[in-house]
This record gives sequence, structure tokens and C-alpha cells, in this order.
Amino acid sequence: MPKVLMKGNEAIAEAAIRAGCLNYFAYPITPQSEVAEYLCWRMPEVNGVFLQGESEVAVAYMIFGAAGAGVRVFTTSSSPGISLMSEGISYLCGAELPAVFVNIMRGGPGLGGILPSQADYLQATKGIGHGDCRLLVMAPASVQEAAEMVMQAFPLAEKYRNPVMILGDGLIGQMMEPVEFPDHLRSEPSNKDSWASNGMDHRKSKTRNLVRSLYLNATLLNDHNMDLRAKYERMKAEEVRYEDYNTDGDYQALIVSYGTMSRVCKTAVNTLKEQGIEVGLIRPQTLFPFPEAAIRQAARKESCRAVLSVEMSMGQMVEDVERSVRGARPVQWYGKCGGEVPTPEEIIEVVTATLASDDSRR
Amino acid sequence: MQSEVMFAGFGGQGILLIGKLLAHAAMEEGYEVAWIPSYGPEMRGGTAYCTVVIGTQPIGSPIIKNPTHLVAMNRPSLEKFAPVIKPGGVVLINLSLIPVDSGRTDVDELKVATQDIAASVGNGKAANIVALAAFVARSKLVSIDTLKHCIELEFSQKPKLIPLNIKAMEEGVKAAL
Repeated sequence: MPKVLMKGNEAIAEAAIRAGCLNYFAYPITPQSEVAEYLCWRMPEVNGVFLQGESEVAVAYMIFGAAGAGVRVFTTSSSPGISLMSEGISYLCGAELPAVFVNIMRGGPGLGGILPSQADYLQATKGIGHGDCRLLVMAPASVQEAAEMVMQAFPLAEKYRNPVMILGDGLIGQMMEPVEFPDHLRSEPSNKDSWASNGMDHRKSKTRNLVRSLYLNATLLNDHNMDLRAKYERMKAEEVRYEDYNTDGDYQALIVSYGTMSRVCKTAVNTLKEQGIEVGLIRPQTLFPFPEAAIRQAARKESCRAVLSVEMSMGQMVEDVERSVRGARPVQWYGKCGGEVPTPEEIIEVVTATLASDDSRR
Repeated sequence: MQSEVMFAGFGGQGILLIGKLLAHAAMEEGYEVAWIPSYGPEMRGGTAYCTVVIGTQPIGSPIIKNPTHLVAMNRPSLEKFAPVIKPGGVVLINLSLIPVDSGRTDVDELKVATQDIAASVGNGKAANIVALAAFVARSKLVSIDTLKHCIELEFSQKPKLIPLNIKAMEEGVKAAL
């Protein structure tokens, strides 16, 4: 298929169909409403289902039901809507059901605003729901990458029998960029016999598949949590993804940034290079699992004097960056929230000031 | 090389559409492109603007503080954005609605009576296409042939509108000469 010019939200919608997901339940919210707008005409074309739930709480359980029945299913929402879904997401983790959630983040807390934000980082990576539940979280930085991540998210969700979240900011949803899709449609989950509770008749396996997250026996629940933990550890071992940029040479500072923010940082890195200041950049593509080892190693480079976490939040990812760097270098945060996206000029100023400060002069 | 074009005007003037048409044309010519809308709590008749970034390298920041060029379709847009345009850029002023200059001597100011020209070819609503064509003819960011192709594709669902818009495009090109 040739390149087409599409909004991120539309590309996410089309990508889900290309991934073989024919079930979409959602409740509209800015800045991701174009996904629902697109799928309300596109789903019928492929004999898929689009049902608008009466609320995000209901949507989460429509996802739960469809996932339990063994079909590919996804939803999209934005920050306040995701909060409403969080109970259902915890149930999906508990019942080990695969599904894809897309959060096109807007400013918060509360109703906040509708402009781009990255303030749901901690929610997505650490606090999505009650109990020891985790999501595999992917963070696209372009429309093309958003589409690709959606297509990768379904097989990953099935591999781990766990929900996967695509965490984008409002700009990723609203921006138009060229995007290319594969021609073929993917199929149904290949491993659903091990979990789909869709009747015994057409399954090879003769064990019953129960959809449940209730374990009243303390030992059984502990075992269950240990199994889940092992799964999350396996994600950490197998699914870490990141991009490094300008990290070959002797950089004086290292920036860690993701999504739209990382693109602004790249422009700043290029401009600083022209001024003779080398700055490396690591862009996590997965936020959980987090590229801890890569960041630790990059921060420890002899020439590197400081590490900066640049994010559209009041300092969330910086906690993971500090954890990764483990005190080897000073770690600073820079960010804005509420819809204003820091400009390359601001980042350049922050980097210059950081390098000039006593704190980073060793 | 990277160019950034700010399109700005009232909601309803077709600002987002002409931005998309330019982005599409640049994509067809093999450039890296990004179209970034202003999205916010807007109302009908409020301001609408978008930025189109065209480059030969992957596009970094989609947030542009100082665009290379400006297409201003109403007075508030001109007054707001003319001061931030990079020296040497094209500043297109919609003469049909804007009775003032950009106040800049270091830009290529192009005044086009977009609405009057569009009305003369049959429909004042095609003022946006007149403006886009005049801008493209002056800035030469893409070829007129590619632009024409993209206009035809854009209106392929409403073929009755194609001749009007092509005529508007041709008159826009002339206005930039």
C-alpha cells in the first residue's frame, strides 16, 4: 500500500484493523475522538463491531468479555477516560486476558484540558489499577510508529496474556504524517485455545478455560501473583525497546525523552551540535519495561556530566531515569504540562544551564 | 533543508484543508512532512491555524516557534504571526479581509485578494485555494502540477467541485506573478 497522509488517531484505527482486530468498544473523548469517528464507518466495511459504551467503565468490561471470548479487541481513550477504565484493566490483568488500550494523553488532573500531555506516565507504568498489575507500555513518537506499535501490540498482548497500552500524547493523535500499512490483514490470536472461554466444542484442549481473577485461598493467590510477576520479569528481559540518537561520540549530557517530546529534544540536540555541544538522547519506546540498562550505560560514559529527563509532566519519568542511573550522574527534570509543549529553544537553554551549573561540574 | 508554513485564519475558511493539501503535495514529491493543527477549545468563527513542516530529513520538533512562511487569511492572524516569521519568508496577506501590511521589510510580502478572485471564478468560498496556489507559486515549495493533482484527489468524492477549484488555483498562481 502506498504512503497516505493521516492523522495519528486515524492511523491507530486503521492499524488495529490491519492487525486483525475487528472489535472496538469506546466512549469518545478529545483528543482521540477521531479513532471512533474513523471506525464507525470503517468497522462495518470489514464486518467488524464498533459499539459505543455508555461510559468508559462499561467499555472496560466490554473489552473484558470480548477478550475472554478469544477475539482481538481494543479501545482508545484519553486520560480521564483511562482512569475510569482502570478497575477493568486490573481485572484483565488478574484474569490474564489480552487486549490493547490506547491512551492519547491530555492535561490533568481532573478534567484538566484537551491539549497534549505526558502526565499519565506513572499511572500507565506503575499504577494502572489495584493489585500487582502491570501493563506493557509502548510510546510512539510519530504517526508511522503509532500504527506499527498498534499492530505489534496485539501479538504481544497474546504472548503475555496481558493488556498492552499505547501511550501517546495529544499531538501524536492530532498530527498528520505519511503512514504506510502492510497490505495483508492479520488473523486471530493463534494461542487462544489456552485461554478463550468460548465453549469446548471447537477446541482441541479438553481443560476448561475459566475467566477469573478471584482467588480466595491465600496460597493460590500468592502463587498467581508470583506467576504474574514472572511474566512481568519476562517482559523486562525480552521486550525493552529504545532508540539512541547521537550517542556514538563524546556527549556532555544525556537526554531521556519519549513521544512528541523526544522529537523536540532531537531538534535541540541537532542545534546544539551545530554550536559544538554534543548531547546524547535515549528515547524509550517501551516505558514498561523501561530501558534501564541502556540508560545506565549511556549515563556512565566518561564524557557525560549530567542526565536530563524531559517530559510533558511535572516529573514522572525522571523517577525511572534516576533509578536507572543509580546516582552515577546528577539527574535533572525539565518539563511543562497542561498543553504547552516545550520548544527546542527551551531545551537548549536548559541543557546549556545544566552544563554550566556547579552540580554537573565534577 | 526544512520549511515551515503557518496557515491561519477564521474557522470555516478552509485553513486546515489547504494545509493538508500542501502537506499532501510535498509528500507526493518525496519530502518528509508533518501537519500540525491548532486544536483546542475552539468555537465556530474562532481562530484556526495549522503548521505544515516540509523537509528533506525526518522532522524533529513538530512545534515551530518561528515558521519560515505565513499565509494569513484574516487580520488577527496576520497581527499575531507576522512578527514571528523568519526573515526572507513569504507572507501572504488576504487583501479581501486585511487592510494592513505585515509591518515587516525583511519578508516577501504577497497581497492577494483571495475572496474577490474566488468570487470571479464562481464561488468566494474557494478563497483558500486561491491563497494556497498563490503561496505555492511564490514559495515554489512544490510544483503547481503536483498541487493540481492533490486538489483533484481531495475533491474526488465531490467531482462537481473540481473545475471550480482548479480555476481558483490557476487564478491564484497568476496573482502571485
